[in-house]
Amino acid sequence: MTAATVAGPHQYMAEQMRWRWSEIAFWLATLLPFLVAPSYLVLANQVAITALFALSLDLILGFSGIVSLGHAAYFGVGAYAAGLASKWGWGEPLSGLLIAALAAGLLGYVTSFVIARFRHLALIMITLGLGLLLQEAANSASWLTGGFDGLQGIHTWSIFGEFHFDLYGYTAYGYSLSALFLIFLIARRLIYSPFGLALRGIRENGQRMPAIGAATREHIRTIYTIAAIIAGVAGALLAETTETVSLEVLGFQRSADVLVMLILGGTGRLYGGLIGAAVYMVARDQFSGLNPQYWYFWIGLLLIAVVMILPNGILGGLSLLARRLKVPS
Amino acid sequence: MPPVFGVLFDGLAYGMLLFLLSVGLSVTLGMMNFVNLAHCSFAMLGGYVTVTLMNAYGWPFFATLPVAFIAASLASVALERLIFRRFYNAGELEQCLLTIGVVFVSIAAAAYVYGTAIQPVQLPDYMRGSINYAGLNFAVYRIFLIGISLVITIALVFTIETTRFGAQVRAAVNNQRMARGLGINVDGLFALTFALGSGLAGLGGALAIEIVGLDPSFALTYLIYVLIVVSVGGLGSIAGSFAAAMVLGISDMAGKYYVPALGSILIYLVMMVLLMWRPSGLFGRR
Amino acid sequence: MSENALAARGVNKSFGSLVVAADVEINLPQGVRYALIGPNGAGKTTLINLMTGMLRPDAGHIFLGDEDITALPPEQRVWRGLVRTFQINSLFPHLTALESVTLAVCERRRVARTWWRPLTAYRSEVDEAYEILSSLMLAPVSHRLTRELAYGQQRLLEIALALATRPKVLLLDEPAAGVPREESQELFTAIAGLSRDITVLFIEHDMELVFRFASRVIVMVGGRVLVEGTPQEIASDPQVRAVYLGKATGKADHG
Repeated sequence: MTAATVAGPHQYMAEQMRWRWSEIAFWLATLLPFLVAPSYLVLANQVAITALFALSLDLILGFSGIVSLGHAAYFGVGAYAAGLASKWGWGEPLSGLLIAALAAGLLGYVTSFVIARFRHLALIMITLGLGLLLQEAANSASWLTGGFDGLQGIHTWSIFGEFHFDLYGYTAYGYSLSALFLIFLIARRLIYSPFGLALRGIRENGQRMPAIGAATREHIRTIYTIAAIIAGVAGALLAETTETVSLEVLGFQRSADVLVMLILGGTGRLYGGLIGAAVYMVARDQFSGLNPQYWYFWIGLLLIAVVMILPNGILGGLSLLARRLKVPS
Repeated sequence: MPPVFGVLFDGLAYGMLLFLLSVGLSVTLGMMNFVNLAHCSFAMLGGYVTVTLMNAYGWPFFATLPVAFIAASLASVALERLIFRRFYNAGELEQCLLTIGVVFVSIAAAAYVYGTAIQPVQLPDYMRGSINYAGLNFAVYRIFLIGISLVITIALVFTIETTRFGAQVRAAVNNQRMARGLGINVDGLFALTFALGSGLAGLGGALAIEIVGLDPSFALTYLIYVLIVVSVGGLGSIAGSFAAAMVLGISDMAGKYYVPALGSILIYLVMMVLLMWRPSGLFGRR
Repeated sequence: MSENALAARGVNKSFGSLVVAADVEINLPQGVRYALIGPNGAGKTTLINLMTGMLRPDAGHIFLGDEDITALPPEQRVWRGLVRTFQINSLFPHLTALESVTLAVCERRRVARTWWRPLTAYRSEVDEAYEILSSLMLAPVSHRLTRELAYGQQRLLEIALALATRPKVLLLDEPAAGVPREESQELFTAIAGLSRDITVLFIEHDMELVFRFASRVIVMVGGRVLVEGTPQEIASDPQVRAVYLGKATGKADHG
């Protein structure tokens, strides 16, 4: 038995929750693009936005066990909400995030009633169906969404009148990174709360939860709505920092990509989505000269390899390595 | 004759095609609970086999059909033996991801070899054109498609209901553990069923070329429709797949004819309503 | 005023032509220790599923004290004190033993929905969980993942989870299943040590345990209650003998 099992229960739990050096190092590293790679700030902005989106998926997939193939629906709704607000004259970024959060949260809340009732294949199909449905609807409602060409006329105002959005991306990346960090803090708190424990219980054994008195459906509805809000904020960030919104923001491709990123990084570890997003998007940028077919060939092989060899993604592999090398994490 | 019959006819043909594409997945999902999202990659393979044999080697259309079936079967056996069988007890998510990986690889491979354009196919003369009856045009190819699908369906039902093999399949779908306990070689049975189901998908892919066109995105586009048929029909049920395929095929055609602005919204709505009413599918268990 | 902690009246359930419960009548007075026995497939676990709400009866009623709970969902029955354990461990593999029991305590205290305060702020919940684990000799392994625990410890954790919900009526489905003989005695002593405020019904195959710990035995066969009586009466009952084919003094095989 290790020292941890002899320590009292309170100390043990506190130990689980404290900030690790690796976490602090990670967040410090996110500041690097400002200093050493300013020409990549636009890419860094995209990574931060996608990382936030992946984080929201991790909350429902990695922590609660809800497999969703349509999570981009909430990202897209958030993007369009902020985009439309700007197009119609209100380009203030922070309140734009709020508008997006409300819109995506509302959709998430309504759909959560359906989601919470199903499991297994029916659940996967329903999330897929919802995503596809929204995609079709957005396509048809081109008077609202701009259809294939996307929304025109988005102009994001400066933040607090001080920070202007420019082509270089300083403001954009700072803005997205701040949002990512703040929301991450909230998510981290949530994970280590009794609610977070209940979510993991649902993931580990959904059948057992009612038998210990858990109102499982309510829990699922809550986290699903929260995840939708976060995804919506990520979408709004995209709309505001790039001043473009097109149909792909709620497409199946985006739902599938974020799923791949999360699996790559490792589910249920909060940082998995962030790492996966960074690796995936940087790699895609590096190989952007490649024909998209070839990109998906390698992603396909990667998926097969990850499932067969590293089922817990990069972070899972790292923690396995750490255990083998007896490195305290 | 009012145009609704034309729509019904087209819907029927499309539904039959969907049935051929889906029945294999429904039975194997019901038997082993293995989520094989690469199912339509086998269909795509069948399509490309037909295209290659016809365009590069001048084979007649009908002769390519059995080859499409066999090629898809063999490919599925290879994949199953080499990779899939280790994941029968894995979680749904892993199976999804593994098979999506296979789909991506197959799409890229198809694009590499054949390019991304829709493949041209020259049907024999007697297959082209349409028959005019009571004021409506009925495409000859669709009549053929409905005919051959009905023959296959009857053969399937006959096999399932009367042969020993069929009885074993039904037992294994119904309760895998008990079937094993009764001495049925479930693993071997599954391998055979998997091969047959994939072969049918390959045949469906070959037949689909004329109706919906073949390009590398087929594996993903039609996967969605197949998944809808399978989940709405109920896992492991041939009757369910048939009913769901019909409902889907006719709804889609009707939607596109009467309310084209809706696009595919109608099928997705129909699917979700049906799934919410019966989460295990129309003919699913419990 | 009902003297029964739990009662089933005229409960019927079929799956197609398979009848799993036929006119079942069960009465559990307050504070008793009853055993439910019967051959495999007799419907014992099904009855527990019916009583806890995991299955809906086709006909009949379930009463918890005076209250008709037939229409209530499972978690609401747990809130009223009706709790069960599972024959095959139904635990949380990647949660530690302490986390699992703490979760059950938090659910009971209705704090599981709070997401803005960390678990470390819930000292009394963690303390209570630790106490329950200690009472079942699981304190030394409280920080181990459930999947790493020995089978006997996992069975004890099953019971710990049930105890964390402060049950008034506890339904134990083969608590000693798969546990080696030496450890099952320990397990049952722990059960015997439970307060008399709790009414216990346990399914068991091991007749020795039934004799030692049950005051009354209910025998089920083919979905029906065959006979009911004290352990001595049941052991000498010719019908029961016939059903068990002479295996009345030892562990029957379960498949």
